[in-house]
Amino acid sequence: MEADGSQARMADFLRDHQDKVVGRWIELVVAASRGRTSVEEVRRELADLYSLIVRVMSEADDHAAGELRAALDELSRGRARGGFTPRETALSVFSLKEAVYELVADAAEMVPEFLRFSRLLDDLGLRTFEAYSAAREQIIADQTTAMMELSTPVVRLWDGIIAVPLVGTLDSARTQLVMEKLLETLVATGADHAVIDITGVPTVDTEVAQHLLKTVSAARLLGAECTISGIRPQVAQTIVSLGIEFGDVATKATLADALGAALRHAGLKVVTA
Amino acid sequence: MEQVPIVKIGQTLFVSIQVDLQDESVLRLQEDLADELAATGARGVIIDITAVEIVDSFIGRMLTMIGSISRLFDAETVIVGMRPAVAITLTELGLSLSGVRTALNAEKGLEILNGRS
Repeated sequence: MEADGSQARMADFLRDHQDKVVGRWIELVVAASRGRTSVEEVRRELADLYSLIVRVMSEADDHAAGELRAALDELSRGRARGGFTPRETALSVFSLKEAVYELVADAAEMVPEFLRFSRLLDDLGLRTFEAYSAAREQIIADQTTAMMELSTPVVRLWDGIIAVPLVGTLDSARTQLVMEKLLETLVATGADHAVIDITGVPTVDTEVAQHLLKTVSAARLLGAECTISGIRPQVAQTIVSLGIEFGDVATKATLADALGAALRHAGLKVVTA
Repeated sequence: MEQVPIVKIGQTLFVSIQVDLQDESVLRLQEDLADELAATGARGVIIDITAVEIVDSFIGRMLTMIGSISRLFDAETVIVGMRPAVAITLTELGLSLSGVRTALNAEKGLEILNGRS
């Protein structure tokens, strides 16, 4: 393959002009990063990448390609967390092309070599794009899990009375989680009264109401009574205008009212000392 | 076919289901319970389903039916120890076990029955 020869020649060229090319490359990347990364950090990252690229071009060993991909993925992940756009990340790879082009611009015999090199860099740039979006998706998935965990606390209000303060929009996945957590806590604590507080739920539509009623009837099957509290005036209006029926489920305006009702139900009375 | 034992303690019939229910064993339990209620004049039935992990719509309906049969003998039925997963399944199936009381455990179930009599 004649291509191998040109690739090896390009590798030699890159090795010979390493300091000059890397220096220029770092200059370009630092200028584009507008102070978000330090020169030392960029120098370290790019020097690694450069030597890997040279190794891939010279086809000296089989591991180089894998290592280069891993290094690029690492770079993209770092950039994704640092708030860089994928365009900026890819451009930092593409600017190597510019740095090399400045050197080969007046050497006509290097054109085929440069074209091949340029194609390799295009691949690498696209690779950073893929890695970038994968990293972003991972971040989003992590945040979703963290939000799920944060959003479903079950608190014990009194002996035999537990409360679930719901904050945020209720969808099927969250309701399922809340339901499971509530039922498990009922069984674990032996509580027979649960208060579901929806003060933090922005809107209550038919779907949310359906979810709430399901949770209440599941809790009833375990032998626990549920009260829904924290119904705001606007929410009450929406519920009525949508024609949602809460049936025989007790609803209260505030968590305090619901606790009072639960205490009465348990035969307890609060007196001033 | 597995037979579910029915134990009489005072005025209460105690049924503890220890196996995953088959349709025939539920039907058999229903018959046995009716016989027992007629013979003993018990005032309450406690069905402990702590060990039951799988329910379907048929078993859900049979539990309601057992409640209705007991009521004909002036006895109240309390289902105790339902697992969260079972409760979620029954809710998803749209069964709310109307006419049957529920309690977290056998002790609370007994309290309900004692409070009534």
